[in-house]
Amino acid sequence: MTTSQPATLVYQRPTSFSEATTHYCPGCTHGIAHRLVAEVLDEMGLREKAIGVAPVGCAVFAYNYFNLDFVEAAHGRAPAMATGIKRVLPENTVFTYQGDGDLASIGMAEIMHAAARGENITVIFANNAIYGMTGGQMAPTTLPGMKTTSSPYGRDVELAGYPIRVSEMLATMEGAGYVVRASLHDPAHIRKAKKAIRRAFETQERGLGFAMVELLSSCPTNWKVTPNEALEFIAKQMVPAFPLGDFKVHPEIAKLRV
Amino acid sequence: MSKQLLKGNEAFAEAAIRAGCEGFFGYPITPSTEFLEYMSRRMPELGRAFVQAESEVAAINMVYGAACTGKRVMTASSSPGISLMMEGISYIAGTEVPAVIVNVMRGGPGLGNIAPSQGDYYQMVKGGGHGDYFPIVLAPASVQEAIDYISLAFDLADKYRSIVHVVVDGNMGQMMEPAELPPMRPLPKTAPDWAVSGAKGRPPRALSSIYINPYDEEITNLRLLKRWLEIEKNEVRYAEIEMEDAEYAVIGFGTAGRVASSAVRAARQEGIKVGLFRPITLAPFPKQRLKEIARQVKRILVVEMNSGMMLDDVTAVVQGRVPVEFYGRMGGVTPFPDEILGEIRRVASNAAPVNGNAREEWIQRLETIIGGQA
Ligand SMILES: Cc1ncc(C[n+]2csc(CCOP(=O)(O)OP(=O)(O)O)c2C)c(N)n1
Ligand code: SF4
Repeated sequence: MTTSQPATLVYQRPTSFSEATTHYCPGCTHGIAHRLVAEVLDEMGLREKAIGVAPVGCAVFAYNYFNLDFVEAAHGRAPAMATGIKRVLPENTVFTYQGDGDLASIGMAEIMHAAARGENITVIFANNAIYGMTGGQMAPTTLPGMKTTSSPYGRDVELAGYPIRVSEMLATMEGAGYVVRASLHDPAHIRKAKKAIRRAFETQERGLGFAMVELLSSCPTNWKVTPNEALEFIAKQMVPAFPLGDFKVHPEIAKLRV
Repeated sequence: MSKQLLKGNEAFAEAAIRAGCEGFFGYPITPSTEFLEYMSRRMPELGRAFVQAESEVAAINMVYGAACTGKRVMTASSSPGISLMMEGISYIAGTEVPAVIVNVMRGGPGLGNIAPSQGDYYQMVKGGGHGDYFPIVLAPASVQEAIDYISLAFDLADKYRSIVHVVVDGNMGQMMEPAELPPMRPLPKTAPDWAVSGAKGRPPRALSSIYINPYDEEITNLRLLKRWLEIEKNEVRYAEIEMEDAEYAVIGFGTAGRVASSAVRAARQEGIKVGLFRPITLAPFPKQRLKEIARQVKRILVVEMNSGMMLDDVTAVVQGRVPVEFYGRMGGVTPFPDEILGEIRRVASNAAPVNGNAREEWIQRLETIIGGQA
């Protein structure tokens, strides 16, 4: 005998998400990161005043996946574009979504100065240690010894230098209100990542300065591994190189229970 | 309002504010810096946005973002800074959002110098950034004209969702001149229907310059081209002095045109039937009127503060109907009225056709003036 129970909704598409199917590869964490942002915008009721800034990188079409206003920046310039928007529309919620090539190489000046100015924007930074969109070249975050299409013998630190730890660097900026590195390699970490994204948007809503969440992310396609192996690579290789943690948390945000 | 003694760059900045500029993003560079300094004072006073960006690359991308909100926004810079802005300029063009960019041109290429020049003609008029697009380019020749045309620049930018360049040179940026500022225009209460503002009670909007499908990009290119043809039809502007009965025409824009106007008046005193044709829209170039002039006059003298860039546009329109001669100073050198007067006398007394290349013949004359071979 079965007893029927009233249905409770446990899972649905966030309103901040569009109906579109993403173009991301199987096992790519860009989709997870997008979903977390959409859930947070829903929960905070920000969708109708949010303006997203998409990067040049695999997330170039992010504006198709969100059900909110979006602009699409030049490579690396999303923080500058977001600055322009936020300065003329200070009541709106402005966020960028950027990869590591976009943010930590070509757009290094823009991100550093946005943080230094305490620009009241939220930055979602997907660090997958590689240039995904252009087919797997070395990124400023590529690990020493890691093979890419432009470091075929493995990243030689003598010639190509060392990976850049962006969160640690930006946390030194007085203008930064919230700088945290999280990871997307398993459900427990994904839940933590979502809380970080929530706090990053709370930082903006409270006018506490620049906020960034760095998300250690996968690129199974260009790492040339399976989706599961990719998650393992994050846990075993990337987390040691890019330690997770709260590098800067404004006291007002630290008090917040999310 | 009455005339006051105004400093070029500051007057241009105030004109932009009165035209409704709500965001200025820039980076210091001589000879345009006073523009930014003035904005840093005035914009906060009015509760409007001002950011001194980390570079011209960032500045133009701030303009790009702010332009996507439909507000009137701008930057001002000078030649090397404009080169850095070309990335953002191309994206702004591709996204079809309005923006006004003032270039106070200086000597180049490279770091060049800080003296007045018109050496950015090609860069400004022919696009400069990558891809198929057409900027509107206004070239005023006095502080008053610059004030007027900066207002017009915002109107044209909005009307055609286009980039409008206002090109002046260090002379105009730095000079003090009596001029009258227009009254402050009220700011619009609503945003245009394409702007991003938050998707409240309407479907979301996405502003982008990406058309991944070439057929979609082609349709966009075609839309931009057709809009440009509209602009060519409606927005041509130029000024003329003594052209009605002219047998010789001097053609120059901006400061070169202004210096030439003194020379033309002096030549008229000597009985030479010469007039001045001064294009104000370098793009769209006043082709139609120039064709008429080519039918009217015996000879044309193009005067520029560069190596003969507009000269190419003039010869393309004149198509050999009358001889076209050239006189230019480069590198940040402004010609004196007497130099141009000498050229007018020479052109008016020389019945023989120009043999060969106007530029080559000018180089020979220039080398005798500056004494020595390059
Ligand atoms: C000015 C400019 N230079 C280079 C490129 C080519 N390009 C497109 S995406 C990209 C790298 C993107 O990598 P990343 O930011 O790490 O994002 P991912 O694709 O890995 O998500 C590059 C170099 C470009 N579009 N524009
Ligand atoms: S190439 Fe890499 S980053 Fe891009 S969608 Fe595929 S897995 Fe994701």
